[in-house]
Amino acid sequence: MKNINITSILVLTLFSTIAISSCKKDSKQNLANRNWQLVWSDEFDGLQGSLPDTAYWNFDLGNGDNGWGNAELQSYTKDTANIRMDGNGHLQIVAIKSGTSFTSARITTKGKFEHKLGRIEASIKLPQGPGIWPAFWMLGSNIDSVSWPKCGEIDIMEYRGQQPNIVHGSLHGPGYSGGNPVTKSYALSSGRFDTDFHLFAVEWDEVKIDFFVDDYLYQRVNSKDVKGDWVYNQPFYLLLNIAVGGNFVGFPTSDTPFPQTMNIDFVRVYNKIK
Amino acid sequence: MRINRNISVLWLMIAMIIATISLSCERKLDELKPVSYPVIPEVFIDNFSSGLNYAAFGGSVLKAFDVDKEVTYHNSEASMKFEVPDANDPSGAYAGGVFFTSVGRDLSIFDALTFYIKASQPATIDVLGFGNDLGESKFQTSINAVSVNTSWKKVIIPLPDAKKLKAERGMFFYSEGPENSLGYTFWIDEVKFEKLGTIAYPRYTIQNGNNDVQSSFVGVNMKVGGLSSIFNMPNGIDQAVNISSAYFDFISSDESIVTVDENGNVAIVGGPGTAKISAEINGKKASGSLTIQSKGIFMPAPTPTANASDVISIFSDDYPNIAVNYYNGYWAPYQTTQSADFYVNGDHILYYTNFNFVGIEFSSPTMDASSMTYLHFDVYVPSNLTSNAQFKIELKDFGSGGTGSYITSIPAASSQQWVSFDIPISSFAGLTNRAKLAQLIFSTTTTGFTGFYADNIYLYR
Repeated sequence: MKNINITSILVLTLFSTIAISSCKKDSKQNLANRNWQLVWSDEFDGLQGSLPDTAYWNFDLGNGDNGWGNAELQSYTKDTANIRMDGNGHLQIVAIKSGTSFTSARITTKGKFEHKLGRIEASIKLPQGPGIWPAFWMLGSNIDSVSWPKCGEIDIMEYRGQQPNIVHGSLHGPGYSGGNPVTKSYALSSGRFDTDFHLFAVEWDEVKIDFFVDDYLYQRVNSKDVKGDWVYNQPFYLLLNIAVGGNFVGFPTSDTPFPQTMNIDFVRVYNKIK
Repeated sequence: MRINRNISVLWLMIAMIIATISLSCERKLDELKPVSYPVIPEVFIDNFSSGLNYAAFGGSVLKAFDVDKEVTYHNSEASMKFEVPDANDPSGAYAGGVFFTSVGRDLSIFDALTFYIKASQPATIDVLGFGNDLGESKFQTSINAVSVNTSWKKVIIPLPDAKKLKAERGMFFYSEGPENSLGYTFWIDEVKFEKLGTIAYPRYTIQNGNNDVQSSFVGVNMKVGGLSSIFNMPNGIDQAVNISSAYFDFISSDESIVTVDENGNVAIVGGPGTAKISAEINGKKASGSLTIQSKGIFMPAPTPTANASDVISIFSDDYPNIAVNYYNGYWAPYQTTQSADFYVNGDHILYYTNFNFVGIEFSSPTMDASSMTYLHFDVYVPSNLTSNAQFKIELKDFGSGGTGSYITSIPAASSQQWVSFDIPISSFAGLTNRAKLAQLIFSTTTTGFTGFYADNIYLYR
């Protein structure tokens, strides 16, 4: 019985290899094998309609200074209309239009979970529409003492709702911030990021940060390539949000569908095992 | 907790194996395809693609379309130029026509028709689409009110269910009238079918998204209506698309009661009983439904016996009817009465629902009923009347006759059967003259009297 199983698996494996090599155009990446140990995660398994765990997360509230520095339009709340568990293992952040104003939510792990180096990933199904700007990102934990952009910013995933097949990975630091970050985009040739969950990740060590979509490496930033200080040898904290409007994305139009929901399946942080 | 990458690789392999199995199954089915049409994505790039023809719509300017070598997208060789006429142009009222092939094309691998468009001035184009083949146009698909301006922009028209487009002949069509009575010119270039993969979230509706319930009888035919679709476009914006009924797969929950064909034609074939019509496209359920409560065999109203020469008929299949402006005036703001008239076994029936009052007008011309002595009508109340229902009938004369009214009752025992009324016109208190009769008004103040069928409404002597 056992032998039969093994044989059939072998046959099927052979078969699948043939089919893939004949059908799939994507080149295969050969990355060095790494072993990761999970050190922190939120699987968002809370009860339907509950808020994210405050042992892990803070809520940023209100309009921020100058729309959180980017002329964003939304006011952040901690209402369950804007942020809640769906009861099926997802966190939902919802951007809502009411009249001419917008509400949404932004959560951070500042002071609750701060981490240096490793692999940081989240599985997310994105929203869509012009002026919708969701992000999964990190800020240097020393932001209050050295301020931005000296603290450093790692944008694991940013996205413009009017281009639902493109995501961006960026670093902002001293000398390369705002409209001039170190950045690259990753586009799906036939598909969108708002129709299914995709895995957005960085792998981060002392001298480089690699950006991944669905485990495909699309950007490697080496410390020596950055035109400014490498400010990533210190702890960072995590952020998740949907902004509405702002310098990066432009403004929502009357055609932007509302409400818009970002579904987050999990956020996981790993350390590299030597 | 240690995450072992090897384990994920194993899972990935298993997933691939499963994917391979389903892939190979699909291919086997494909090989059984009996007839295949050519896969040609190009419609008009720099010239007519293979087998493409053009025909202008009737009433349009026949020469509105021409191939242009001056204004082209990205300095390509040629574009399609459309000259929209001024209002009152003797050569035609609008620009419109069809690009079609004589042999069908297989579009099933594509998900959109795309092209670039610009115009001599900002304008809103009435209709752009495909699937019009000057014949059945079974899979006609279009978008309305397309904004254009003096810069080239890309237009995308989604293919709702490309699987059905295995032999399509309608490649492109357009229709546009003057803007503010003035003509202008627009150009279209690089027309082709594409596989974009970035159109998402199709949403379909029937019955305008409502879950409608209707009572009916064996022999009645109707059509599923209120069809629409919305797609989220590659720029994240929702786009409404007009799609034909043939894209929908209609389903009856009980074919012994109600059948529905591929075009949404509904036939009540049995009952008493209930069947629900729903629909889907490419396996995605449409919102909205039509539930038919079949009451079984329809019992017609008694056949009238009066001599045709002694009758002025307002509504009957047994006499010629006079000109009637309307059988339901929808008089705002207090009228609640709706109409759900039906046609069964050769017999037209008025059906007033949600009844409080309703007027029938026959004012152009008015009726000279001076020699008539009786008003006849047949009424059937499909619900259960709980108490004696009050039924008020008014006749209104648009000359000097004023309005006459007559109140009668319908006993509870006469629910669900035809009741014939023959009311002497002299009983209409207040009607002093009937040389210019123009309105007949039914009303009730009784609760529970929520609707009725009516037939054979006529005056006679």
